[in-house]
Amino acid sequence: MSVAERLRAKTPVRRWVGLGVAAVVWVVLYEVNLPVWDWVVYEVMGLDAASQLGSGVHFFFYDSIKILLLLVSIIFAVTVLRSFMSVERTRALLGGKREGIGNVMAAGLGVITPFCSCSAVPAFIGFVAAGVPLGVTMSFLIASPLVNEVAIALLFGMFGIGPTALYVGAGLVIAIVAGFTMGRLRLERWVEPFVFETRLGGQVIDSTFGLTWDDRIQMGVEEVASILRKIWPYLLVGIGLGAAIHGWAPEDFFTRYAGAGNPFAVLIAVAIGIPLYSNAAGIMPLVQALHDKGLPMGTLLAFMMAVVALSLPEMILLRRVLKPQLIATFIAVTGLGIIAVGYLFNAVIPS
Amino acid sequence: MIIKILGPGCANCANLEKAAREAATGLGIDATFEKVTDYAAIVGYGVMRTPALVVDESLVLSGRVPTAAQVRNILAPLVA
Repeated sequence: MSVAERLRAKTPVRRWVGLGVAAVVWVVLYEVNLPVWDWVVYEVMGLDAASQLGSGVHFFFYDSIKILLLLVSIIFAVTVLRSFMSVERTRALLGGKREGIGNVMAAGLGVITPFCSCSAVPAFIGFVAAGVPLGVTMSFLIASPLVNEVAIALLFGMFGIGPTALYVGAGLVIAIVAGFTMGRLRLERWVEPFVFETRLGGQVIDSTFGLTWDDRIQMGVEEVASILRKIWPYLLVGIGLGAAIHGWAPEDFFTRYAGAGNPFAVLIAVAIGIPLYSNAAGIMPLVQALHDKGLPMGTLLAFMMAVVALSLPEMILLRRVLKPQLIATFIAVTGLGIIAVGYLFNAVIPS
Repeated sequence: MIIKILGPGCANCANLEKAAREAATGLGIDATFEKVTDYAAIVGYGVMRTPALVVDESLVLSGRVPTAAQVRNILAPLVA
């Protein structure tokens, strides 16, 4: 019997009480996180708050717990909400939509549809074979990893509502514009021919059909466990690097090379970010540490978007259905959008 | 009974197969298990989220890894 099954409430009252208790425990843990680590690192371990070691160690522990708590709550909430949505329903909504309005809808649906890039290939074939235009499908495939719940949770926890809203808005615009552009370029010839020849057979099962609240809550618990199991190594490396930068990197090291004074900073950040394979959880502690060191927000958001939206493993997967020319166009168009957003943010947000 | 596990060979597919084998054994079903990893074939069953489960050529589950008990509930009426 799995943990989730044992946790499964037997009555509605116990289910809601269980959720309530979990919420209270979460709030308490979140509130005591800072004082506890202040106490442990600075009092018990006797490290100096102004020293490199002290602030580095404090950053590592405090941030690990904070990020963990944020992830657990947001992944759970998003999974439960998303259990009302499915790829099948999204495809039905997108079917027969014109380009333009279709791209806007696809980007929005990409955010709320439960989707993992491991299903990118079957979803791509399923969309295109069902007649959803290529550009609209691309908008969905870009928005889905770019504006994801992990990124939103972490941005909100570390930088507040403003940068989070900017990120989400910019992500949607990039997905819409890039998808629309690729649709206009008429790139169907660069899709592997078998995609158009695939006949959709069988009945379509809506995976959300007939779910009870207990099922949805259980899915939330399982998703939290499965995502954390997947991302914890990235998270630890990210926080470790963040702590190292926080404690040891010279104050002006990064601003000298990638600060507001360097007009190529965004370009370089995106060029480094594209091949880098991590996820929002691994990259966010770095982003925070670099932000503390004075790097402008636009450069950092562009870096983060390049890391989460474009990854080598996903491109290798998509190679099954897309010819190299289309993959290159995909990277180029999305990359240009991210660069534009980076410069725009740097121009409008005072650092 | 022919049970097909649809998916490109990720961890989810292995977990689904484990659950399905457990359920089939529990029900005393004599089932043949097959893996379908070809994307065109997967989509041909109407699947857009892997892993998925196909029993005697009809799709019974897609998009999530069920527990053995849930697969049992799906398989039980198909045996009769």
